[in-house]
Amino acid sequence: MSDFDEPHDPFLTRRRILQGMAALPLVGLPSFGFGAPPPTAKVNTTNLAVTDTEVTVGQLHSATGTMAISETGSIQAEQLAIDQINAMGGVLGRKIKVIKEDGASDWPTFAEKARKLLVSDHVAAVFGCWTSASRKAVLPVFEKENGMLYYPTFYEGLEQSKNVIYTGQEATQQIIWGLDWAKKEKKAKTFFLVGSDYIWPRTSMKIARKHIENFQKGSIVGEEYYPLGHTNFNSLINKIKLKKPDCVYCAVVGGSNVAFYKQLKAAGINAKKQFLLTISVTEDEVLGIGGENVEGFYSSMKYFQSLNNPNNIAFVKAFKAKYGANAVIGDVTQAAYLGPWLWKATVEKAGSFDVDKIAAASAGIELKTAPEGYVKIHPNHHLWSKARIGLAQPNGQFKVVAESPALIEPNPFPKGYQ
Amino acid sequence: MSMTDIFNITMMQGFAGLSLFSVLLLMGLGLAIIFGQMGVINMAHGEFMTIGAYTIYLASTLTERYAPSFMEEYFPFAILLAFVFAFIAGWIAEWALIRHLYKRPLDTLLATWGLSLAMQQTFRSVFGAREVSPTLPEWLLGSWSPAEGLDIPINGLFVMMVTLLVTGFVLLALYRSSWGLKVRATVANRAMANAVGINTKRTDRLTFAIGCGIAGIAGAAFTTIGSTGPTSGSLYIVDAFLVVTFGGAASLLGTVASAFGIAQTQSIAEFFISGSMAKVLTLLLIVIILMIRPQGLFASKIRR
Repeated sequence: MSDFDEPHDPFLTRRRILQGMAALPLVGLPSFGFGAPPPTAKVNTTNLAVTDTEVTVGQLHSATGTMAISETGSIQAEQLAIDQINAMGGVLGRKIKVIKEDGASDWPTFAEKARKLLVSDHVAAVFGCWTSASRKAVLPVFEKENGMLYYPTFYEGLEQSKNVIYTGQEATQQIIWGLDWAKKEKKAKTFFLVGSDYIWPRTSMKIARKHIENFQKGSIVGEEYYPLGHTNFNSLINKIKLKKPDCVYCAVVGGSNVAFYKQLKAAGINAKKQFLLTISVTEDEVLGIGGENVEGFYSSMKYFQSLNNPNNIAFVKAFKAKYGANAVIGDVTQAAYLGPWLWKATVEKAGSFDVDKIAAASAGIELKTAPEGYVKIHPNHHLWSKARIGLAQPNGQFKVVAESPALIEPNPFPKGYQ
Repeated sequence: MSMTDIFNITMMQGFAGLSLFSVLLLMGLGLAIIFGQMGVINMAHGEFMTIGAYTIYLASTLTERYAPSFMEEYFPFAILLAFVFAFIAGWIAEWALIRHLYKRPLDTLLATWGLSLAMQQTFRSVFGAREVSPTLPEWLLGSWSPAEGLDIPINGLFVMMVTLLVTGFVLLALYRSSWGLKVRATVANRAMANAVGINTKRTDRLTFAIGCGIAGIAGAAFTTIGSTGPTSGSLYIVDAFLVVTFGGAASLLGTVASAFGIAQTQSIAEFFISGSMAKVLTLLLIVIILMIRPQGLFASKIRR
């Protein structure tokens, strides 16, 4: 039953703290692990789509529209995890059946499809959403209909819900340790902040500014936002040249991202002349930007495809076997992969598919098989995770050059940063 | 901050303005022909640009695989190919869709918008949802630096050159070729043009296809500065309409003037205030000017 074939616990110092919580899922496991699966009436008291042999879950991403670029990886990773779980015998002896819905990059459609999944299909859990806008659109539905959402994207924080598990990093996890690294390793004192003009970059840059000014005693020499889809960055690049910051700190997204890096390179700003740290470029984005345009720049994420641990090597191998040798895996894709596994572990701990029991049992759920290493769900429903810095290679991969020594506590409502 | 620094930044900023001007003009040209001359509101203009972009991607992938020794030279040929593909697509679109709607100009807006969605989904199904990055020849990358600290982007120069060529060619064709004569006659008075023996239906189809072909060239050239993905075209459509409407719909010179005006305002404003506010300022100016001159900067004489 246990999927922990190769237990490797890199956090000996943390063991004592974890012991209490970690013991819980292990208590629950053996009773269901052998023999017949528990009766449906026992594991499903809230009329979910659970039968003696099957449990239905929903998947809600944009397979069409603008966001399909980003969400495709998440769809693939969740499907892979579900296939693997089914191959191991499913959850509480029941195979997972997926109902796929397309949010079509349209936020009201997301809300409608979420309602359909919860009200008509009675799914036990939903893996989905990508943008904050889509998450904000479905949140009231999940809270009213009491569903369970596993949300994969790194995001701006300032949110916490009984009905959502956030498997990506919230802003402080992604930003603060990376900035400290920039100060310590790259001696960065002056920063130029660049972002696309919407909630995630704005909130992230606000946290970055507070941290740089109040805690690092550094200075911000420029802070610029450009409309989504903006494709001409020459004026901005001249401003960067004028200010000569130690570090350009970026959160530019989408098509703008590609234009930004191509034009930076064309304007003669490369890694030899300028230290650049981004929080919005993963392996997925490099496909569009081109490895030669970001070579030598740094990215701050919790996961890179090149991570060298047994979990990740197995994950990358399985992913490529299913989706082709050229498939790339970005930070969010890996976070999406965690969703079904975390849900499985939680269901097994709770001994039930009921949403209330899962919400209550989530805190303390740990996953030793996560490709990023060990993760654990915090009582605030975010994940404890490490932060990492990757150095972009011309082939589109990142070389991990730094890693936070310990897991970073998620803190979606950071004091002193708002 | 030394004098040379200020000189360098001024030079580069001046170039940034010119570079934006050529981008705007190139994306507006095809539309100016279709919207300006024919009155068709072509919402799928961006997608015809995307055809051009994907042509470059295809060409670069195929060249890399089958003839790696031509990687340095393939680009100009690929641009010509982009014109051909977009031209053919435009020809088909006119034949299948647009020609039924000339009497209902507002319906062309809906029809071409539908066409743009269909094309986006086609790109997505064929090339995948993710953005791709064509491998560009070495000589298109990096910057030309005539002096220390002065970097002129080569891709910017390249787009500028393409714009010059295409604009020159379009002006020449419109005012010195028999096609141009027919187009101008049709625009001025369709019934009369018909009466003197001009096949206006044929002229329409050719005009639409040429407009789409030019969009293809624009999309191909923009792979050097922007993204190539199923929805890349939508990044340009608003700006393209802005340029054409502001310039005065039926005037090619108006398009040139308006692209110049918008580019300079935008790029100078961006340097002194933030990017989003620069956009607001530019749009505000355009709205005010259009309120005073609803016909745009240059209005040509058309009998209605």
